[in-house]
Formats: sequence, structure tokens, C-alpha cells
Amino acid sequence: MSRIGVIFKRELIGYFATPIAAVFIVIFLMLAGAFTFYLGDFFARGQADLLPFFNFHPWLYLVLIPALAMRLWAEERRGGTIELLFTLPVTLWEAVVGKFLAAWCFTGIALALTFPLWVTVNVLGEPDNGVILAGYIGSFLMAGGFMAIGSCVSAMTKNQVIAFVVSVVVGLGFVLSGFPLVLDFFSGWTPQFFLDLISSFSFLTHFHDVSRGVIDLRDVVYFLSLIVFWLFATALILEWKKAE
Amino acid sequence: MVEIRQLRKTFGPIVAVDHVSFTVSRGDVLGFLGPNGAGKSTTMKMITGFLTPTKGTVTVNGFDIQQQPLDAKKNLGYLPEGAPAYGDMTPLSFLLFIGAMRGFRGDDLRRRVRETVKKVNLDGVLHQPVETLSKGFKRRVGLAQAILHDPSVLILDEPTDGLDPNQKHEVRSLIRDMAKQKAIILSTHVLEEVQAVCTRAMIIAKGKVITDGTPAELEAQSRYYNSIILRLKGEAAGVQAMLQRLPGVKTVDVLEGPSGTRGFRVIPERGQTIIGAVSQGVHDHPWDVIELSVDRGHLDEVFRSLTMPAQALT
Ligand SMILES: Nc1ncnc2c1ncn2[C@@H]1O[C@H](COP(=O)(O)OP(=O)(O)OP(=O)(O)O)[C@@H](O)[C@H]1O
Ligand SMILES: [Mg+2]
Repeated sequence: MSRIGVIFKRELIGYFATPIAAVFIVIFLMLAGAFTFYLGDFFARGQADLLPFFNFHPWLYLVLIPALAMRLWAEERRGGTIELLFTLPVTLWEAVVGKFLAAWCFTGIALALTFPLWVTVNVLGEPDNGVILAGYIGSFLMAGGFMAIGSCVSAMTKNQVIAFVVSVVVGLGFVLSGFPLVLDFFSGWTPQFFLDLISSFSFLTHFHDVSRGVIDLRDVVYFLSLIVFWLFATALILEWKKAE
Repeated sequence: MVEIRQLRKTFGPIVAVDHVSFTVSRGDVLGFLGPNGAGKSTTMKMITGFLTPTKGTVTVNGFDIQQQPLDAKKNLGYLPEGAPAYGDMTPLSFLLFIGAMRGFRGDDLRRRVRETVKKVNLDGVLHQPVETLSKGFKRRVGLAQAILHDPSVLILDEPTDGLDPNQKHEVRSLIRDMAKQKAIILSTHVLEEVQAVCTRAMIIAKGKVITDGTPAELEAQSRYYNSIILRLKGEAAGVQAMLQRLPGVKTVDVLEGPSGTRGFRVIPERGQTIIGAVSQGVHDHPWDVIELSVDRGHLDEVFRSLTMPAQALT
């Protein structure tokens, strides 16, 4: 456990020791703001909530989190530090979890820095802060899902560009499988349980309710088990081809 | 302390390491020699648990590296080939990280880092990102990381590669100092290093152990072992024929040298000592001798003849 902490600390400090932190946070905040105000009609809706803000998170994460996750393992491989790391007395699992938690926590920091929006709605109106909190929790869980996918894809390759592109594609699959467009395509000629299955794998389906203030245990379990699954896959892939 | 049994590693059709077995005990410094691609690094990666062997076992202080990896790794210090380190960290933060991963905390951790930094002369660059360090300093960071926890088994893959002559000397004396309490395996392409620090030398080629012995035993396999170098002023007519007639002499080669001198290498029959006969010859003739020396043999020549068998005869 303490070794997870040591790795976590090194990784998290690493984000702030390089321009990654500044670039990521600035772009995240800019895009979040732009989406919310221009595309989401934040003011014109005349409602005191952050729904337009949260609605864009899946799309924001789809691109930004792979950019953060791509280096998780690809960089260790490229630089040969993976050999250093795995000849220390540390288990594969500890390393995978430590690095993932640091990256996830970093997105949490970026997310927390959107608090001026929350302040704004509270100044302008009387929003239901419970709903907003649920939205933040859901968004954070979803970020973890994207990050775990990115971690796994990054473990497969030395090449960060490949890691980025593949993570975006896999992430897109997880977002789109709940999109009405995709579901409409399948509806009518496939059985209902198949439709439910596809949409039950979607980030959108699970994020939708949470962002509206309904924290269903099933949604939380969905995201957490998704994370565990992809981290498990990360460890397997590393075990299998860490030396290549 | 390190026991390697029937170790084998294949990468698809490539056999990188082929049934290698040996034991290294406390006090041993084993030099791993071999041409590029011989399987030295691959063997080390299996000993340190980074690679899973296709076959065979490695035990470190009684712990099987595959069955009890954590216990085995605690007893190991490893400098991987190329001395990888996190480029965005400074040597100080990097060593603190490695120390923390090894379970040291607080004052104990800082003391260890301080002592290690002193041992490998890293003082001047402690706060400069590793990626901006010169190759030699990077190597020293890697070395520091390997010895930080004072492990009883040290595996060093080309530890002096890229170091300047002074640092090479420093690192070799560091290794010699540590040798008494540790089992050390190091790989190198510098043959003089083997004579300087190793108590045992092992040549591997194409994944197989070709020879294993003390550096002196290796040298004794040289064609030139105990040969005599004799250099004379003047024409030295008939000297070669005379040397050739001495008892125990196999051949006499003529050596290149400055003009106005003649040089000879007198090669003995295997196992014969001919210094007595040659010096008697020198005594009995009015030669103007400028050099008379015994050659201990050449490791590089042994290395070549063992790893390139086809050309060894020419
Ligand atoms: N991950 C890998 N995949 C495929 N082949 C590999 C891999 N790692 C090593 N090899 C092969 O195994 C053989 C042994 O390589 P190794 O790195 O152990 O040699 P070495 O003795 O350390 O050489 P050098 O002196 O150049 O460092 C080589 O033929 C190499 O190409
Ligand atoms: Mg090598």
C-alpha cells in the first residue's frame, strides 16, 4: 500500500514538474467554458444549473484524457524506465494502480478548478447544489473510466501517438454506444435486450442520470467496475509484453 | 547467493540465452563477456526478474525470483543497460523516490541518499533534471540507484560505459570495495576491466557459456601466454633462427617496430616456460638488447579466438 503511495506521489508531482499540468488545465478550462457558454446556451436557458456544462464532459474527456493517459506506460517503455520500475520490489498491480490514481487525481484537480462556474450559478440563481455535486461525482467517475481505458491502451505500445488515437477510438465506442443515433440504427431489427446491452455499456447512459442528480448505485458500480476491468487488463498486458 | 540453473530465453525463433547455469557467491565479482547480442543483458534481465525465463530458475539469497519476486528483488541492486532514469526528475528526487520505493523513510532515507551521492560523485548535478545530464553522469545516477539500499547482490549491465578514465577508475575501486560483502555480476566490453575488478570471468556467445574461470586462467588460454618479447638494435642477422632452436620454443614471430631495431615474439609450446632459455641466449650473444619481457597473454586475443572460432586459426 505504501508503495502505491510513493508511485502516486512521484507521478502527481511529475505532472506539475512538466508543462503537462499547465497545458492540460488551461485547455480543459477553456474548452469547458467555451462549450458551456457558447454551445450550451448557459445564460439563454435561464436556468440555474450546470447541466449544459456536464453535458459536454463526455466529449471533452474523449479527447483530453487520452492525451493525458497516452504517456502512462508508453513513456516508461520508450525510456526503459519500465525495467527499472519492475525490478524494484513492487508488484505489477501496485504500479498500475499508483500511476492510474495519480492521473485520475490530476483530472480531478482540473475538474475542481471549474468551481468558478459553480460560484457563478450560485450568484445568478438558486441552483440545487446536491444535483451539481452529483454531476461532479459522475463526471469524475467517468473521467476514471476514460483514464483506465487510456492506461490499458498505453500499456500496449511504445508509441504515444498510437496510444492516443486508439484510446480515442475505444473511448468513442463507449460514448457512442448510448447515443440515440446508434441505438436508432439497431432498434427495430435487433431484440430489445441487445439494445439494452449496448446502451448499458455506454458512458452516456450512466452519466446522463447522475448528471441530473440521481446517483444510482448501479451507475457508480458500473464506472468502478469498468475502471477495475481496464486496470486489470493493463496489468495483464504489461505482464505479457512489458519487455518488448 | 545467486544461483542460476538451466536458464533459457527465446524470442520467437531467436534463442537469446541457451541453458546457462552458474552460481555467484559473496566475494565474487563475475565479469560477463561476450560479443554484441550474446545474451548478456537478457540473462541479467531474467536474474533481476524483469523477463520471465522460457525455462530454468534463478534464486537470489534463497528466494526464487519467479515464486517470491518481492523478497528476491529486495536483495538485488540492478543497473539496467543504458542506465534508464526518469528524465524530468533531478538526481536527488529520483534517488529519494527509489529509496522510498525500497521502503526507507525520513532521516534514514536522506542519509542513504547523501552517502550514495558521495560514493558516485553526483554532488554537482543534484538539482539538474536527469535528461539534461551528460551520459557519464546519467550512468552514475543509475549506479547510485542500484547501490542505494546496500544490496547483497549487485547486477550491473555495462557500469563503466561512457565514463571518463577517472570515473572508470573510481567506479572500479567502488566495485572492489563493495566486493567483499556482495555477490556482483557485471557485463563489460572493456577487457582490462575484467583484469582490474573481476575475480571470475565468463565468456558467453550465442547464448551459451563458452568459458568460465579466473581472469588469469583465461589469459593462460592465450597463444601468447608466457611468450617473450625481445627487441634488439641493429640488423640482428640469424637471431630468429637461433631463437627458434631454443628448447620449448614453438614459433618466433617478427614484430613491427621503429627502424633500426628488430623485434621478436618467442612463443612457447603450450605449458612451457622459456624465459630462462631466452635470457640465457641473450647472455651468450653480443646482442644490443633494448627490451626483454614476458607477455601474460591477451584477453582480447582469447576473446576473439573463443567467440570467432572460424577465424581463430588464421
Ligand atoms: N525483446 C526482444 N525481442 C526479440 N529479441 C530480443 C529481445 N531482446 C533481446 N533480443 C535478442 O536476444 C539476443 C541477445 O540480446 P542481448 O541484449 O542479451 O545481448 P547482449 O549480450 O547484451 O549484447 P550487447 O553487448 O550488445 O549489449 C539478441 O539477438 C537480441 O536481438
Ligand atoms: Mg547488453
